[in-house]
Amino acid sequence: MPVDIRARVLSNAHLSPDYNVLSLAAPEIAATCQPGQFVMVKPGRGTDPLLRRPFSVFEVLRDTAGVPTGITILSKRIGVTTNLLHQAAEGDLIDCLGPLGQPFALVDPPAEAWMVAGGVGLAPFATVLEALNAKGTPATLFYGARSAADLFYLDWFRDRGARLALATEDGSVGDKGRITIPLERELTAATGKAVTLYACGPEPMLEAVSNLATRYGRRCEVSVERIMGCGMGGCYSCVVPLKDGKGGHHFVRSCINGPVFDGAEIVWE
Amino acid sequence: MGVTTPDLSVQIGSLRLANPLIAASGCFGYGLEYASTIDLRTLGGFVTKGLFMTEREGHPPERIVETPSGMINAIGLQGIGVHRFINERLPEIRKTGATTIVNICGTSIDEYAEVARALSQAEGVAALELNISCPNIKEGGIQFGCHLGGTFDVVSAVRKATHLPIIPKLTPNVTDPASFAKASEDAGADAVSLVNTFLALAIDIETRKPAISNGMGGLSGPAIRPIAVRMTYECAKAVKIPVIGMGGIASARDVLEFLIAGAAAVQVGTANFVDPFIWSKLLAGLTDYLTRHQIARVADLVGTVDFSKH
Ligand SMILES: Cc1cc2nc3c(=O)[nH]c(=O)nc-3n(C[C@H](O)[C@H](O)[C@H](O)COP(=O)(O)O)c2cc1C
Repeated sequence: MPVDIRARVLSNAHLSPDYNVLSLAAPEIAATCQPGQFVMVKPGRGTDPLLRRPFSVFEVLRDTAGVPTGITILSKRIGVTTNLLHQAAEGDLIDCLGPLGQPFALVDPPAEAWMVAGGVGLAPFATVLEALNAKGTPATLFYGARSAADLFYLDWFRDRGARLALATEDGSVGDKGRITIPLERELTAATGKAVTLYACGPEPMLEAVSNLATRYGRRCEVSVERIMGCGMGGCYSCVVPLKDGKGGHHFVRSCINGPVFDGAEIVWE
Repeated sequence: MGVTTPDLSVQIGSLRLANPLIAASGCFGYGLEYASTIDLRTLGGFVTKGLFMTEREGHPPERIVETPSGMINAIGLQGIGVHRFINERLPEIRKTGATTIVNICGTSIDEYAEVARALSQAEGVAALELNISCPNIKEGGIQFGCHLGGTFDVVSAVRKATHLPIIPKLTPNVTDPASFAKASEDAGADAVSLVNTFLALAIDIETRKPAISNGMGGLSGPAIRPIAVRMTYECAKAVKIPVIGMGGIASARDVLEFLIAGAAAVQVGTANFVDPFIWSKLLAGLTDYLTRHQIARVADLVGTVDFSKH
């Protein structure tokens, strides 16, 4: 059951001219949030923006006793909401509704979890890694971006035991090109291992990763990002075409049936 | 002197609502989506997403775009059809105790009547709202809603098909909505509701393509409120049946504005997307106002706008 919190900004860390991580005091959301769930966020009291925007919960913040106190969101500046989130200052109040949506279904060891992130699609994987660590499931993060300067939190993931495989479009770090390059290489080498893929990023990347997974006989859960009106199933804006088993598709609301789907069920456009 | 709480109940034809706040069609799913978040019985009622006889898949995404103080949508009436609604949703809805108004659509007069008949035999439907005003699909609704004769014919046909209260939902995309309210009243409607969305267009200047897949869509939200208030006022003056007003309501102040303009009840759509907990805030604000102005019944406020010179 979602709650609506007027969350206080605890800090706003600028990672680059475009990326920031906003820490929000939201204990009620942090307490029940599962990896892959999202919150609907609205900065400001007025009508610009009017609607909330969906953000994956990035980290769950805890006090020294381990009690959940808040969440962070990873934001990339593109529109009015993300610009306001970029400018937000400590003490600002931001409306935050959640947690919402279906979480990832994470595998247990000895199976491995391979997280595949493109750009701001890193967002769900901090909480995913923490949940995987709690299970003892070995985790790898495949993470691609434009250049080395657009790869964030690498130490965070490394420090928590994730194996990293990187790719940049300009080749400044890791493989030069798309993240599917190291991913395919490792899929080829991983015969006999139980591996499940979890992907979040731009739609063409999700399609490519999902197709690779199918080709190598792996399950792949993808977290899609759609324009959402309400996040609660009220408006039917954020639909995704799923296979209907008859060669066609039917539209399913990504806010309540997703944002996580089995990649093999999606009809990619 | 004892403190009395104002009477918030309103009468829509034979239907008595606990209060004048109704969740608008297409903005509240089939009600169940919100049942674990709020107590649906605290609303005067809710209106379902529009239903045809059969399932419809709706338009491909993108289906919405935000515009200044509003949004344009072209969902395309995605829906499960009236039979699945009755079999799969209505039993669950009944358990919530909600007052359920079903928004019905048709591509022909016969379809409206057929949908109405099916729902009349189901248990748990309080009233039917006739969607003759969706701007987003070619065949269905709006062709009746934009012609006085068409409106009269649809309402008359549904009137013969059901004993349930019927509420034609009017489009603002005509010069004189009040004449459509009158045609609805003449054809036997129990109330009218308005406004549906305003036909609108937003263009991505980089690609020069419309911002949503369907091209044009319907504008809702605070941007449309003053026009919707004007149309509600005109319709309330033109007919004796109750008028249910909507368009951009986002606060108790806005609810009061519609009531004073002549609405017997109101619907809230877009603002529920922004704040699914808005209902208790609207109720509190409404109660506050009535208490402060010593108005015993919300019905006493309806249509009290004063146009006389100061
Ligand atoms: C996403 C969306 C879907 C809608 N779907 C329907 C519908 O199925 N049937 C209908 O009669 N009106 C529909 N409407 C119109 C609303 O019920 C309402 O008339 C309109 O949005 C104005 O009210 P508002 O400004 O409070 O949203 C829809 C509106 C929106 C924003």
